[in-house]
Amino acid sequence: MKLVTGHRLFWPAVVLIALLLANLAFTPDFFAIRLRDGHLYGSLIDILHFGSPLILVALGMTLVIATGGIDLSVGSTVAIAAALACLHISESDDPGSVGTVLTAVAIALGVALLLGAANGVLVARIGVQPIIATLILMVAGRGVAQLITDGQIITVTSEPFKLIGGGYWLTVPFSILLAAAVVLFASMLTRRTALGLLLESVGGNPVASRLVGIRAAGLIGLVYVVSALCAALAGLMISSNVSAADGNNAGLWIELDAILAVVVGGTSLNGGRFSLGGTVLGALVIQTLSTTVYTIGIPPETTLVFKAVVVIAVCLVQSPVFRAKAARRKSGARHGNRPVASKKLEVGA
Amino acid sequence: MSKRAAVALVATAMAVALTACGSGGGSGDKAGGSGDKALTVGFSQVGAESGWRTANTKSVQDAAKKAGITLKFSDAQQKQENQIKAIRSFIQQKVDVIAFSPVVESGWDTVLKEAKDAKIPVVLTDRAVDSKDESLYATFLGSDFVEEGKKAGDWLVKEYQGKTEPVNIVELQGTTGSAPANDRKSGFGDVIKGDAKFKVVASQTGDFTRAKGKEVMQAFLKSQPKIDVLYAHNDDMALGAIQAIEEAGKTPGKDIKIISVDGVKDAFTAMAASKINVVVECNPLLGDQLMELIKKVKKGETVERRIKTVEGVFTMDQAAAALPTRQY
Repeated sequence: MKLVTGHRLFWPAVVLIALLLANLAFTPDFFAIRLRDGHLYGSLIDILHFGSPLILVALGMTLVIATGGIDLSVGSTVAIAAALACLHISESDDPGSVGTVLTAVAIALGVALLLGAANGVLVARIGVQPIIATLILMVAGRGVAQLITDGQIITVTSEPFKLIGGGYWLTVPFSILLAAAVVLFASMLTRRTALGLLLESVGGNPVASRLVGIRAAGLIGLVYVVSALCAALAGLMISSNVSAADGNNAGLWIELDAILAVVVGGTSLNGGRFSLGGTVLGALVIQTLSTTVYTIGIPPETTLVFKAVVVIAVCLVQSPVFRAKAARRKSGARHGNRPVASKKLEVGA
Repeated sequence: MSKRAAVALVATAMAVALTACGSGGGSGDKAGGSGDKALTVGFSQVGAESGWRTANTKSVQDAAKKAGITLKFSDAQQKQENQIKAIRSFIQQKVDVIAFSPVVESGWDTVLKEAKDAKIPVVLTDRAVDSKDESLYATFLGSDFVEEGKKAGDWLVKEYQGKTEPVNIVELQGTTGSAPANDRKSGFGDVIKGDAKFKVVASQTGDFTRAKGKEVMQAFLKSQPKIDVLYAHNDDMALGAIQAIEEAGKTPGKDIKIISVDGVKDAFTAMAASKINVVVECNPLLGDQLMELIKKVKKGETVERRIKTVEGVFTMDQAAAALPTRQY
């Protein structure tokens, strides 16, 4: 039992399940998944579908946070990628061709690579504080996106582009598959190779890492590039889903949702220890929260308060200190701290 | 640093003002200060959240050019703090008139008072502010959102005339707290209140955007067993919702009747394809009216406190004919 409750994914999972069950109470067929027009249809599919961009952005954010940094620019990168791709498609002679769409995707990812590299250089080489370095792009990027779209919403009609965020492959929304593939790839890369360990060590103790000969600068630069690429993919999904690029609203505040997802997933903002699985759960918790607001009919004026209350509850229930205190108040001083502190040590060694 | 920047800003503004006076001054002086010298107007726009807004911006810019008015344009990107900053900089630059379209209704008293103290008249366009002190602005030119909501409700009442079975309505509200969202909701609500068969079963904000409109509609389609009518506070949310309805295997315009507000071109295209039943127009082309008004205000003429723009209601059968004439 202790093995289950002590697992780092236990509490995020509990919260997610609790939220889903709360929905079930209001909508009896909430868990029903049907086949409609040759694709899966149901609330759970919606959560995964709309949660996919957030999962991707949060994934990149997790790696950045693991190194002790933070990336505020992802929302702007989402908008820029969406704007570039849609602009290219809308201006091409043959918007419906696969070639055009692939070029658009390549342009979006290419520019994101540059943006990420710029962030990486600022943080790793020049030594600007991550929050400041990425704030620059966060503020400037939305302006850039609006410059690209000329302040308009660009509407595109392109079947292959529609597939990325709004299409289906083997009855499943393509964006879910894409997000799953990226998550799988990232977890293989970080857990099956030494990369994850190196990231944790750079984030956990930069000085010690340097002394044992880890090239921190390159690693830190890399995570910002990965983060930007993830954000660009998310931007493609978001714009493809509505077949339009909106420089103003695409990915607005997604950086905050992503940071929240990372925290809810149990990754420490201090860097060091990270959990990709936790982040995916965290992103799903946040998306489920939105869906819950819509389905149980919370008035828009109080939506933010409702979300805040849930987030506070989630963070408290995840805190070992808080749980220990609560338990102590209930049953006297039966036991003290949970064995969490010992886990953190595995990194620094 | 900021002081130096401010000085530079003021210097530039003064230089601009001087040249402006110089160019138009010759004839203006002789005419006995009839106010024909080039006016400088600071205009703070909400943002570019929709095609509607873009048309509105373009109309104001074109009309200013036509009227020979120097327009200082600022895009608030849907943030009140940006708009307050813009208005403060207009005051510093000593523009003749400030015109702006408030992002939200409340919280304007301080900055408007600063404008009043600087003796710069303020004209509100498109959206109103919620302030007890009426002297803070000269006039408000724009659509009557309550009226738009009522028109939407009127169409619905007429459509279901003589029928008795209940009508389940879902509502996609605009940005929470914004005047169009508040007023379109209350206007619509007032009209359908009179008949017990109309029931708003779900109402959420879609932030006036396509992505949110689609996301919220998808949730509605799953949580509400029977939806007869969708009332969207703007076209973009309706267009997003149409995608959601189609993905749910239903026919927009038939299985679910759609009422939308604004009248952008994309909405008329959708209406011509029988996907939207009715669009209540909200006319953004108020540039010329605004410039006339600004001249009057500057001359000190009395203007009405509330000036409405001319607007209509378009149904499905008129869509195809009206489509080529839509400018936005």
